[in-house]
Amino acid sequence: MMMNNDYAIEARGLSKHFGDLKAVSKLDLSVPRGQIYGFLGPNGSGKSTTIRMLCGLLTPTEGSADVLGTHVPGSTHDLKPKIGYMTQRFSLFGDMTVVENLQFISEIYSFPAAKRKARVAELVEKYDLASQRKQLADTLSGGQKQRLALACAVLHQPELLLLDEPTSAVDPQSRRDFWANLFRLAEGGTTILVSTHYMDEAERCHRLAILDHGVKVADGTPQELQAGTGMHIIEVTAEDPYHAQKALDQADVIASVTQLGMRLRVLIPERVPDPLGEVQRLLKAHSVAADAQLTTASLEDVFVAVTMGPEERVA
Amino acid sequence: MKSLSRLLAITKKEVRQLRRDRLTFGMIVGIPVIQMLLFGYAINTDVRNLTTAFVDEANSSLSRQFIAQLVETQVVNIVEQVETAEILEERMRIGAISVAVVIPADFDRRVVDPDRPAVHLLVDGSDPTISSVANQLRAMPIAFDTAIEKRRVENVAVRPYYNPERRTPVNIIPGLMGIILTLTMMLFTAVAIVRERERGNLELLINTPVSSAELMIGKVIPYIVIGMIQLALILVVGDVLFQVPMRGSVLDLYLAAVAFIAANLALGLLISTVAKTQFQAMQMTFFVLMPSILLSGFVFPFDGMPTFARYLGEILPVTHFIRLTRGIMLRDAALLDLYPELIALGIFAVVAMTLAALRFTKRLD
Repeated sequence: MMMNNDYAIEARGLSKHFGDLKAVSKLDLSVPRGQIYGFLGPNGSGKSTTIRMLCGLLTPTEGSADVLGTHVPGSTHDLKPKIGYMTQRFSLFGDMTVVENLQFISEIYSFPAAKRKARVAELVEKYDLASQRKQLADTLSGGQKQRLALACAVLHQPELLLLDEPTSAVDPQSRRDFWANLFRLAEGGTTILVSTHYMDEAERCHRLAILDHGVKVADGTPQELQAGTGMHIIEVTAEDPYHAQKALDQADVIASVTQLGMRLRVLIPERVPDPLGEVQRLLKAHSVAADAQLTTASLEDVFVAVTMGPEERVA
Repeated sequence: MKSLSRLLAITKKEVRQLRRDRLTFGMIVGIPVIQMLLFGYAINTDVRNLTTAFVDEANSSLSRQFIAQLVETQVVNIVEQVETAEILEERMRIGAISVAVVIPADFDRRVVDPDRPAVHLLVDGSDPTISSVANQLRAMPIAFDTAIEKRRVENVAVRPYYNPERRTPVNIIPGLMGIILTLTMMLFTAVAIVRERERGNLELLINTPVSSAELMIGKVIPYIVIGMIQLALILVVGDVLFQVPMRGSVLDLYLAAVAFIAANLALGLLISTVAKTQFQAMQMTFFVLMPSILLSGFVFPFDGMPTFARYLGEILPVTHFIRLTRGIMLRDAALLDLYPELIALGIFAVVAMTLAALRFTKRLD
């Protein structure tokens, strides 16, 4: 048995096919202990499928993983008590109250009977659910439901938390509070694997992997990813961004142009010697008045750069 | 120990949710009581008062005497007298009458002629029960001196054992017991699990240490108790309102019910592993329920069915349970005398449970 104390999850060549659809292809993954590891990718990129394979809900078509010392695929019975799982959809019991849901979870995980009450009370306090104690879960707001789901997922103090798009249904303030909770848990030694399609959330992770159509296209710390796009990033500010974009789109040297309000993010392969000059020349040639300057890559740029097709990449 | 406490946690949760679901909770009591009141009072296989019209072309004293006798039998309820046989046919076609009596002009002569029927009875054959009841009228004596006829002794005497007064509830209620338990046990279990799948609860549950067996048994326990309560309710209502006898042992009946409930819950669990939505679960339940009503011997006697249908009936748990309830309640049979039925229920429960357990995995693929 492979035992590596540095990593909570080590996956090699993990694949899942549904008929002809390759939901996940040959995924290698190393998630260090005690870190928040992000899965960034659009819907259908294989994030949920990967998480489900890691906790034993789906059997991989190929490959395997070591999750907290348990081999996957295989019996995950001993793994279940060590992981907390938060499903994409709210999956607690809507016709039971906040406290009843927490109590049920504590019983299912055989949390020591003497400490159950105290643990439930502690979580209600910690996750700001005190005034909703006796409210049915169905009647909670999106943010409250999400806090309850997280409280239930961590009740048995798991070593590893698997969170499948936990913030997709909540407002920005709730998202911020949620991430504050995740950092607190990580500081306490919990490893967290969280999937998201929000760039700002991905930026908060210690490390992240970008998935596209079931393939891992990049991984590393946000800083490493931003430094290693292989692209020059130029920001163009124009009165008429539509025409500026038209002027730039046709040029061969340019890999991609993305509009953000009045600004354009222009990606040009690193091998192009004078990217700024190229852009300025193109704008001038189409008589578009605009200001262009070199800038550093954001995670959004990284995402655009790594998910583009190979023909665009060589430009 | 942990296993037992997880199982109890599931049961506790199920009861808690059931208590909040007022409608379902109401159905536990409502379904048996309402159905028994309805069917106990409404269904009557001893049919009387068939709406009847007649033509009397003879209009003799004998024909008038015949009509009077007909009324006396209470089998028919004469609503009108018409002029021609054509009008009778028309009245029957529109459904105004079930039986038409045609007394021909030469009625008096026909009565003494053994080769020709004296009277024609036109019966609405679109309802099988009506024609079989009307058939009783064939035995009616018609003669100039009826007193002599009455003295004649029947060749074959029929004595209805166990239900001498031929009261329908006595036959209906032991069978209805099986139908009600089939409906509630199968439907409640199937829906209870499919609902959790639909709401996403199952994805959460299968990621906890709870095992498939703990989950299934834990969910089923409340429904076993509900089945027992329903059985008690049916027995009490049957006794108080319909005086359905309980000639055998109540313990035997309860033991039979345990096997029957187990068979239905296992079937419900099996359905839940196939159905993706609550609606599909309902459809599958009714797919089993219809033959349970029609092919189990509950409505139509088992003896009258073709071999193929009998085999089909033998597969249904309710067929065996109805034989057990009728045997124990009405004929004072001991459970051991009826052991083949008990074995059949046991086999069904084990097979269905095994299939359900094989199909239910703690996986999504």
